[in-house]
Amino acid sequence: MNILEAPSEKLLAGIRKLLAEKNIATEAEIAERIRITDEASPARGAAMVARAWTDPDYKALMLRDGTLAAEAMGVPMRGLPPLGVLENTAELHNLVVCTLCSCYPRAVLGYPPFWFKSAAYRARAVRDPRAMLVEFGTTIPDDMKLEVVDSTADYRWMVLPRRPAGTEGWSAEQLAALVHEGDMIGITVPRVK
Amino acid sequence: MLASGTPVRVKLDWPETRGPCHIRTPHYLRGHQGVVVRHLGDFPNPEALAFRRPEQILPLYHVRFPMAGLWPDQHGNNTVLVELYESWLEAA
Repeated sequence: MNILEAPSEKLLAGIRKLLAEKNIATEAEIAERIRITDEASPARGAAMVARAWTDPDYKALMLRDGTLAAEAMGVPMRGLPPLGVLENTAELHNLVVCTLCSCYPRAVLGYPPFWFKSAAYRARAVRDPRAMLVEFGTTIPDDMKLEVVDSTADYRWMVLPRRPAGTEGWSAEQLAALVHEGDMIGITVPRVK
Repeated sequence: MLASGTPVRVKLDWPETRGPCHIRTPHYLRGHQGVVVRHLGDFPNPEALAFRRPEQILPLYHVRFPMAGLWPDQHGNNTVLVELYESWLEAA
């Protein structure tokens, strides 16, 4: 039988059996990785962002070493690519894309939005980012630098958005509730309703 | 090791035309000039890893390119920041 025509469940079962037989990964290890992947969600990244907004030492750690900052919040990072964090400022907005495939900071944001892997997003993010962002409801002022971060290799990148005005004195929990998936890849910016 | 601020050029090379390969250097940057932002660490070369060739550890850099040099009609304040392995960089 042509392997490309084999039923996918059978192929998957075969690969799992081989991984176990060759001592590469046990069934338990695979189950554990699936559990960790399913548990990840943008709430993790939002908690990191809220803490960075309220704790300057944590913010410094996050910008220096995103992996350590994620681990400090209880996110399992063992065996995953290093996490880098890029800070949005009054002068600079960061936008994350993976033009080659679908690299995404899953440990801290969970599964990517469906369009993240689309050819249209991947092409337009590097070719026409300002007009594309307007379609997402985000206008970058002309005098603000826009940096498109193309995740091509061994890192995963997330954006530390700017803390919105009018949130002085808010708790980390209140702040975290403002931060959404798109804010942490630079598609949108957090807003106070 | 390349220092931050070093001008570099991405090799104008198309290994895709020579046979099967796994490349992490986007097409749109080949032959273009950028500036090293920082060394990100040393990693196994994915081009070798993908084919189980002997492991080769390469420095990986964050390199910044003005978008105006990549595409026509580009906003002057747009840049691209990309991870590139040292094997793809040459002196600019």
